[in-house]
Amino acid sequence: MENDAVNVSRGSLAHPDIKTMAEVNVDVLKPLSKPGKGWWMLLGLCVLGIALLFWSWGIQMVQGIGVTGLTSPVGWGVYITTFVFWVGIAHSGTLISAVLFLFRAPWRQSIYRVAEAMTVFAVMTAGLFPLIHVGRVWHAYWLIPYPNSRFLWPNFRSPLVWDVFAVTTYFTVSAVFFYLGTIPDLAAARDAARGFRKKFYSVICLGWRGTDREWHHLSKAYIFLAALATPLVLSVHSVVSWDFAVGIVPGWHATIFAPYFVAGAIFSGVAMVITLSVLVRKAFGLEAYLTIKHYDAMAKLCLVTSMIVLYAYLSEFFMAWYSGEEVERAAFWQRLFGGYWWATWIMLVCNGFVPIMLWFKRVRHSIAALFTISIFVNIGMWFERYVIIVTSLHHEYEPFAWGMYRPSTVEMGIMVGSFGWFGFWFLLFTRLLPPVAIAELKEVLPRPMKPVADSSFVGTGSPPGGVSNG
Amino acid sequence: MDSRFAFLASFSYLDSAVKAIERLRKEGLREITAYMPYPEHEIEDALGYGQSPVRVWALVGGLCGAAGGLAFTSFTSVDWPLVTGGKPILSIPAYIIIVFEMMVLFGALSTVIGLFINSRLPQIKPLVIYNPEFSAGKYGVYIEVSEAKKEQAKQILIAEDPDQLDEHQLGDGHG
Repeated sequence: MENDAVNVSRGSLAHPDIKTMAEVNVDVLKPLSKPGKGWWMLLGLCVLGIALLFWSWGIQMVQGIGVTGLTSPVGWGVYITTFVFWVGIAHSGTLISAVLFLFRAPWRQSIYRVAEAMTVFAVMTAGLFPLIHVGRVWHAYWLIPYPNSRFLWPNFRSPLVWDVFAVTTYFTVSAVFFYLGTIPDLAAARDAARGFRKKFYSVICLGWRGTDREWHHLSKAYIFLAALATPLVLSVHSVVSWDFAVGIVPGWHATIFAPYFVAGAIFSGVAMVITLSVLVRKAFGLEAYLTIKHYDAMAKLCLVTSMIVLYAYLSEFFMAWYSGEEVERAAFWQRLFGGYWWATWIMLVCNGFVPIMLWFKRVRHSIAALFTISIFVNIGMWFERYVIIVTSLHHEYEPFAWGMYRPSTVEMGIMVGSFGWFGFWFLLFTRLLPPVAIAELKEVLPRPMKPVADSSFVGTGSPPGGVSNG
Repeated sequence: MDSRFAFLASFSYLDSAVKAIERLRKEGLREITAYMPYPEHEIEDALGYGQSPVRVWALVGGLCGAAGGLAFTSFTSVDWPLVTGGKPILSIPAYIIIVFEMMVLFGALSTVIGLFINSRLPQIKPLVIYNPEFSAGKYGVYIEVSEAKKEQAKQILIAEDPDQLDEHQLGDGHG
C-alpha cells in the first residue's frame, strides 16, 4: 500500500512483511486445509502415545497401584512430577495471552494463540495425573464437594483440595479465554471455507459477523477475563507449590516455594512455546508473523525466569547450609551428591547454565539455537520437579525411613504417553483453528487510509485518531 | 405503512467508513451497524459507544463467587466440625484460596454470560446481510432507513466512495 509510511505510528514495524489485512487471512488460514503426510505421521505417533498411556493406565487399574514404584518413603513419584511439569507448561500460555495483554506488550499478538492452545491442552494433560495417581480412578469424584450420604465434606484446610479448585478454575478460565479470542477468527475461517468446513466453522463461531456491538462487548469482556486470569496464573502454581511447601518435609518446607514455582512455570512454559511455535512456523510458513523479534522477546523472558530459578536453587542450598539444621543440610547434600545426583545436575545444567547463552544476541536471533535451548529447558524442568519431589521424600528425618525410588515401566509408559496425548490435541488444533490470532494481529497493522492524493481531508501523517468531523 | 430500506456499503479505507458513519449520524440516521475485521475504536467512537455493561457482570459474578466460596467452606466446616491438624474449625486464611478461586471462576463465567447477552451471541439468524470480506479487511456500514430518507442515506454513502453498495428492501413497517 502506498500510504504505509503515513501509518508508521501504529507500531507496524513488528511485521514489515505483511502488506494488507486480507493477506493475513490467506496466510493464517492456509494451514486449515488438507493435512499432508507428515501431519498424519505425527498424528499416528501421538495416537500410539495415547495407546501407551491408556494401556499402562489400564494395567494399573486392573492390578492396582502396586504396579508403580511408589512405596514408602517415596509416595509421590513420576506421576506428580509429570503433573507439575504439565501445569507449569500451561502457565506461559495465560501469561502471554493475559498478562502481556494487560501490559500491552506489542509482541504477543502473533504468538499467543499457540501459547493459549498449549495451555489448554497442557492442563488437560496435567489433569489426568491426579486421576492416575489416586489409584482407584472410579472414586475420583470424591474430590468434588457434593452432598453425600455421610455428610462428609472435603477438608478445605488441605492444599490438595486447594489444588483441585485452582486447577479446575484454571482449566475452565483458560479454555473460555482461548475460545472467546478465537471466535472472530473462526468467523474468518468460515468466510474462507466451503462445504462441510463452512458449516463447522459457522456453528463454532456462534454466528459471529464482526458488528460494532459484538466487538464492543467482546473487547471489554476480553479485558475483564485477562484481568481475572492474571492473578489466577500466579495463584495456580503458588497453590501447586503449597502442595509441597505446607508439608514439613526437608527440601519442601520453604517460604520461597510459591514465587520459585511460578518463575519455573513461566520458564518452562515459554520454552515450550518456543519449541512448539518454531515447529508451527516452519510447517506452515508463518515467518512473516513469528519474526525474529518475537523469538528475541521470548528468549529474554526465558533468560529472566532462568535467572530467578537459578537464584532459587542456590538460595535453597545456601539456606540449608546457613540454617545449621542437620536434616535440612543432609537433604540438600543428598540432592547434590546422593543417589539422585544425576537428576540434580541435569536440572542445574539445563535450567541454570544452558540458558546463560541467551545473553548473547546471536543466540537469541538464531531459531535453531533457541529451539535446542528450549528442548534443554523442557528436559531440565521435568527433572527439577523430579528432584524436588523424589530427592526430598527419599531422605527425610529418620534414617530407617530412607529409601530409593525407581519408576516402574507402567509409570514411564504413562509419562511418555502423556506427550502423545498432548501432541494429539495440539496437532488437531493446528489443522482446525487459526494458529495466529487474525483479528488481533490486524490491530497492530497499519490502518488502511484513503491515499492522501485523492483524500478530501488534508494533512499527511495524520494519526488515525485525527479524523475530522465531516 | 412506510416501506423500510437498508443499505450495506463496504469500504476499503477506515477513514471513509468513519466519515460515512459520522455523516449519517449527523443527519439523524442512527440505525447503523458497522462491520469491522478487528475492534476499531474509531468506529466505536463514531457510533457513540459508552461503557459496556459487561463490566457489571464481571464485578457481580466475582463478588458472588467470592461470597459463595466463603459461605460454602464455612458451612461445610461447621456442618461436620472435625478438628484436623490442630487448626480451628473455621480456618479462614486457608479458605481464602478457595474464595479467590471461586471469585475468578464465577467472575469469568459471568463475564461470558454478560458478553453473550449484550452482544446477542450466539447469532443463529442466517448470514444474509453480510460480506465475507468484512472478516478479511473491509469495513462495512449497514443502515436502515425509511423511504423518505432513502435517497439522503444513499448519497452520503456514495460520497465516501464505497467498493460495493447493496440495497435491500425490508418488510413493511419493519423496525
